[in-house]
Amino acid sequence: MGLSLDEARKVAHLARIHVEESELPDIANELSVILDFMEQLNEVDIEGIEPMTSVTPMKLRLRNDIVVTGGDKDLILSNAPLPEQGFFSVPKVVE
Amino acid sequence: MGLSALTISEASTLLDKGEITSVELSQACLNEIEAARELNAFSWFDPDLVMEQAKSADRQLSNGNAPSLCGIPIGIKDLFCVKGSPTQAASKILEGFKPEYESTVTQKLKDAGSVFLGKLNMDEFAMGSSTEHTVYKPVISPWRSKGSEKPLTAGGSSGGSAAAVAADLCLGALGTDTGGSIRQPAAFTGIVGLKPTYGRCSRWGIVAFASSLDQAGPFARSVEDIALLLEVIAGYDPKDSTSYKGEVPHYSKYLTGDIRGKKIGIPREYRLDGMPGEIEEIWEGGKAILKDAGATIVDISLPHTKFALPTYYVIAPAEASSNLARYDGVRYGYRAIMDSNMNIVDMYKRTRGEGFGAEVKRRVMIGTYVLSQGFYEAYYLRAQKIRTLIKKDFEDVFNGGVDAILTPATPSPAFALGEISDDDPIKMYLNDVFTVTVNLAGLPGISIPARLDSKGLPLGLQMIGRPWQEGDLMNLAQSIESNVHFNHKPQRWW
Repeated sequence: MGLSLDEARKVAHLARIHVEESELPDIANELSVILDFMEQLNEVDIEGIEPMTSVTPMKLRLRNDIVVTGGDKDLILSNAPLPEQGFFSVPKVVE
Repeated sequence: MGLSALTISEASTLLDKGEITSVELSQACLNEIEAARELNAFSWFDPDLVMEQAKSADRQLSNGNAPSLCGIPIGIKDLFCVKGSPTQAASKILEGFKPEYESTVTQKLKDAGSVFLGKLNMDEFAMGSSTEHTVYKPVISPWRSKGSEKPLTAGGSSGGSAAAVAADLCLGALGTDTGGSIRQPAAFTGIVGLKPTYGRCSRWGIVAFASSLDQAGPFARSVEDIALLLEVIAGYDPKDSTSYKGEVPHYSKYLTGDIRGKKIGIPREYRLDGMPGEIEEIWEGGKAILKDAGATIVDISLPHTKFALPTYYVIAPAEASSNLARYDGVRYGYRAIMDSNMNIVDMYKRTRGEGFGAEVKRRVMIGTYVLSQGFYEAYYLRAQKIRTLIKKDFEDVFNGGVDAILTPATPSPAFALGEISDDDPIKMYLNDVFTVTVNLAGLPGISIPARLDSKGLPLGLQMIGRPWQEGDLMNLAQSIESNVHFNHKPQRWW
């Protein structure tokens, strides 16, 4: 199935990836090829089959709800692109 | 032969006897790394840091309290967080990132006394089968076709790890395998690579690609070395809720050479149309070896094999699109240059548009699409159900008494860089046709070199084991190894 330019634009937006208008036809094309490849999954009878949520039959463990690390503000900010006064910084969000 | 060409077990013996030092061994590796810059296998290394570790290992060795891998130089795929060392997953979006913490498996390697040599090149976020999709330069295989100087792929995504071990730049390496990223590069470069059972090794501190499929594993030049490395990196980790709580066996003890009575399955669905005759031949050769050693060969069927690739290419991108949502230019890595009139969503979009490479963008968008409203059931939920069926295929075979499965590792030998064009992603994905089922079913798989093809390039076999039975699997792999006598090395051109 072919993805329209509008659909490709929407997917890029949902994925929060900037693409130029001029790139959209190629992206739509490539995504369509991959989606076509997935179409063969429709040949499989999945009636009554449980979806796999865990590949190994193990119960997800719980851990004690206690603080094990913390107070590492400087370490956490050490890789931030533009930390300001002990905080991450972003463009203004609220007017 | 230089020291860097020793196997881990050979080097350990010499180190223990005091016949060589880790400083000598590590310096030999550094010299080889320097001389092999053309291969682009290492993305980063620091000779001073290497020497510091080697000296400390030598002190431990002379004190007589050396742990199992003491003094052994190991390369690490750029996907593992190594404290204080650049960790970029070969992506521009993690430019400048230096983790303040250490992944569990690399910590285990350090605790075992090994020397961390540096970071190894890979496909960006482990998405690829050729190590061409990297922010660094593409990895060039040490192998060349007879009479040709055309650069070949070392496979991917752990192409740097494979090239480094094959070219004797290090004694062993760590990689990760989400759809074949250890086994395919190992096969292309004539070395051994193991993907352990899902949950056998902790994923903590590894840059996540597809969390239900990712596993760390070793590359080495012998099955015995693989066992030595797995013994160290395997084990329960409270920081990874999917890590396995069972005991880690003493894997080397499984390598007895006795495989009598083992039942080996040959899946008929893995016989592809148009598969090169030489691939067919190594498969037959593997069967004959196992049979001569006392195993029983049986034909089996894994009926949903055909659907494994499309299932994988729904599930892996879906998980990737969620995992990669964290790269937003706020907390670490790259942030796009902003105009004053841009808002926060513009910042996310620009940062991700500029920071991710083409293949990563493609997969994040596919993942976003198959998870989006109106398509979730048709794609993602359906794929999860088919994944159940793929796993059941294996369970049925194992319940029928089969101990392990023998297949080719790849449908072809290594191809040339640039040969598979970016416009044809499916062709690249087909590289994983024999390996991807193993990740979907969470099983252990190992790739072992079989022989050289008519052009002088390595071809590999794959063995797939029962869950948690890596010991048995390596024993079977070793019986192939000791019979094929694959002692070929790439002819040095670099």
